[in-house]
Amino acid sequence: MEESIQRTQTDELKPSVTSVGAIGWARSNLFNGVFNSILTIVTLYLLWEIIPPLFQWAFIDSVWHTTGKACRGIDGACWSIIPTNLRFIIFGFFPYESQWRPLLAMFILFGLLFYSRDRKHWTKYLGYGWIAGLFVMGLLMKGGLFGLTPVESTQWGGLPLTLLLSVFGLTAAYPLGVVLALGRQSKMPGVKWLSVIYIELIRGVPLISLLFMSSIIFPLFLPEGITINKILRAQVAIILFTAAYIAEVVRGGLQGMSRGQYEAAESMGLNYYLTMRLVILPQALKIVIPPTVSILISAFKDTSLVVIIALYDVLKTTQSVLSNPEWMGFSREAYIFVAILYFLGCFSMSNFSRKLEKELSAGEQQ
Amino acid sequence: MNKELLKNTEKQSSNDAMIEITNMHKWFGDFHVLQGIDLTVQKKERIVICGPSGSGKSTLIRCINRLEEHQRGRIIVDGIELTNNIRNIEKIRAEVGMVFQHFNLFPHLTIVENLTLGPIWVRKVPKFEAEEIAMFNLEKVHIAEQAKKYPGQLSGGQQQRVAIARSLCMNPKIMLFDEPTSALDPEMIKEVLDAMIELAQEGMTMIVISHEMGFAKSVAHQVLFMDFGKIVEGNTPEEFFENPQHERTKLFLSQILH
Ligand SMILES: Nc1ncnc2c1ncn2[C@@H]1O[C@H](COP(=O)(O)OP(=O)(O)O)[C@@H](O)[C@H]1O
Ligand SMILES: [Mg+2]
Repeated sequence: MEESIQRTQTDELKPSVTSVGAIGWARSNLFNGVFNSILTIVTLYLLWEIIPPLFQWAFIDSVWHTTGKACRGIDGACWSIIPTNLRFIIFGFFPYESQWRPLLAMFILFGLLFYSRDRKHWTKYLGYGWIAGLFVMGLLMKGGLFGLTPVESTQWGGLPLTLLLSVFGLTAAYPLGVVLALGRQSKMPGVKWLSVIYIELIRGVPLISLLFMSSIIFPLFLPEGITINKILRAQVAIILFTAAYIAEVVRGGLQGMSRGQYEAAESMGLNYYLTMRLVILPQALKIVIPPTVSILISAFKDTSLVVIIALYDVLKTTQSVLSNPEWMGFSREAYIFVAILYFLGCFSMSNFSRKLEKELSAGEQQ
Repeated sequence: MNKELLKNTEKQSSNDAMIEITNMHKWFGDFHVLQGIDLTVQKKERIVICGPSGSGKSTLIRCINRLEEHQRGRIIVDGIELTNNIRNIEKIRAEVGMVFQHFNLFPHLTIVENLTLGPIWVRKVPKFEAEEIAMFNLEKVHIAEQAKKYPGQLSGGQQQRVAIARSLCMNPKIMLFDEPTSALDPEMIKEVLDAMIELAQEGMTMIVISHEMGFAKSVAHQVLFMDFGKIVEGNTPEEFFENPQHERTKLFLSQILH
């Protein structure tokens, strides 16, 4: 009896041909309505105009292993600029014969980052791993021990510098931002107002002016003969700047927490620190993962502003290659390459945040 | 359950007070919420507080574990006076369990983790032992099979029973309940009240804000009526419901009983 009912139902309810398959999909997604149909047609036309020539330029008419001169005669992309200058773009003025050291340091960094992707690996041994890794990376960059020739930090540049500024900048800015957000919520007026003033001051100036201050104004206040490493100063500026923005995002998350959560935690005798650490922050920080990652991503890209205080990050080394007469004029190719590097960084960050968000909310849907 | 039996076996004659409140006042800004509260709760005594909304019932019991601060008078809980001394406050909070109207479970933790948080971090109990305590108390509220789930996956009645179990894991000397069933769908009220009745049978000292008259009659030694920040009258449930003394009490009872 049940079976027969089902059969007649499926017979009657069989979907019409036009609502399934490619045609059905296009209909419901691209041509549902006059406006959307027009939009689809216009978009298709633009793609038709753009994609084939771009493809032709990038892959068909392009050259990959030639000199700059040979590139002058062709229509396509001159990718040769990348492999020929790759080592300068990536490592800047780091002594040529020692460039394996920053390369190895980057591999260690990527290895650690990749391993840390999985939350199951977040144990105290991973913490030790990071500490050891940081030490080895610092040693590789700086040299001076175990027969490694010392390399002044003024010679650091390219991708390692960008990564150094970003990874340290972001990992230091995040906890500082959380502390500032808590400070802004504090019941102690002193702490509260210091946090407010800090956050508002920093957010009131552009990063460029902070970098200028750190590189030009700040040294004026130091006693004669004392210099603080320029990279370190830029690093501090980036950390202070990013932390203020993180703080505001985290504050938003804290405000989203209901009073009941605080009360439940406090009424079982948890002190302020434990209440925050075990109950409030895990929830508040999770809510604000998406905006936090936006800030981290823009901070990552903003590290390129250090060019204005004459640090050779990966964008600046690329530019320098373009000022070489042999390669002058191939900026499209060079900038596309750098754009891809930045994109890979940003994309992995947003990818990771999506993964984290999904894992953290597994099972606790309301 | 036989209510006469329950009461007779446990009614305390000794006078070791668990909570002593004398002439306690509290203001919210200019608003005089609690206007001279005097209340003594003996060990193993169970008190039900009722009264109209806004009369200060929640504020009163929240003063007992210092979620709210009183401004005048004294509150002594288990021999410790509530002052600004943070140590004392944390000590008292660990001894006083509280169950809220909206459960306030921690949504990012599983049921077991909700229950072990206090024992591990406040009582410094080792994790495996805390988990044993948690399972013991979940059994007690008949919900052990949900241990691995998250609060969001449970019904309101189940969540409130978990909240009760969470408080019990701290091994409290006093339990405070702030309208534990008023956010629940009617069909879930009974399971929560049953859990509370079982707790009463074990001799827990309890203060319950509730308008569940059946519960008050079967469990309470004393029912108090609050209005405008004062305890208007208090009596045994029999006397309180059969023979209210004040006009306001009569009016209130007539409103909630019909
Ligand atoms: N944090 C607060 N700030 C200001 N007024 C409050 C606060 N909490 C409660 N009140 C007020 O105090 C009165 C008593 O509240 P409450 O104790 O929650 O009453 P009840 O639990 O009896 O309904 C109400 O008028 C309420 O608006
Ligand atoms: Mg209330």
